[in-house]
Amino acid sequence: MIFLDITNETCPMTFVKVKLQLAKMEAGQDLEVILNEGEPLNNVPASCEEQGYKVLSIESVGDGKHRIIIQK
Amino acid sequence: MTNKVEAKTDKKDLTLVCFSGDFDKVLAAFVMATGAAATNRKVTIFFTFWGLNVLKKDYGRKMQGKGFLAKTFNFLMGGRNQLPLSRLNFGGVSPHLMSSMMKKHNVATLPELIEAAHALGIRLVACEMALHILELERDDLIEEVEGVVGVATFLNESENAHIIFV
Repeated sequence: MIFLDITNETCPMTFVKVKLQLAKMEAGQDLEVILNEGEPLNNVPASCEEQGYKVLSIESVGDGKHRIIIQK
Repeated sequence: MTNKVEAKTDKKDLTLVCFSGDFDKVLAAFVMATGAAATNRKVTIFFTFWGLNVLKKDYGRKMQGKGFLAKTFNFLMGGRNQLPLSRLNFGGVSPHLMSSMMKKHNVATLPELIEAAHALGIRLVACEMALHILELERDDLIEEVEGVVGVATFLNESENAHIIFV
């Protein structure tokens, strides 16, 4: 599993980092992303699904942060 | 393994016309472009007039072109490092202050956004006519530039795209 923390990133680098990381991965590999609520949480999972990737889980880890697992 | 970043969805394409060479406006153009590409849209940026300063291979001031006027204009316009803030430029100090504020708040700087644009496969094209006026050649521009095109090509390729003028 590959790990990516985008809680310190701001728009548009939140989406950009996730998109570029997924592009580097092989199909079937999982990516764990820690992101903030609001814009990143509302849009990153949706944007990944649009590309045909599977969002396996979304869970709150407290402090307004969430962990999502995406399968390429 | 594939490194290719593709837009696979049926979302409308986005074309930005970057006419301005102002630091803040160019920044806005690149934020929209990278945001759109990262959310699965095919993006093209068409640079013309002042916007061409962003694409010059020489980031600083340089005499370019053949004639006296072209050389003077190119020197005064400068490159990526000389983009002025559209307001409160204070002789060119403000863009540097703005960049340091952006870094402090973890906002991507212009060079970072340009690099991201390239990584995301955003097409950067330059206006043929404006290059001609300024007596610049394709080789005077950064290698990320995909082509030098005219307005007809740009419009044809943007037929089904949103077009935003900056």
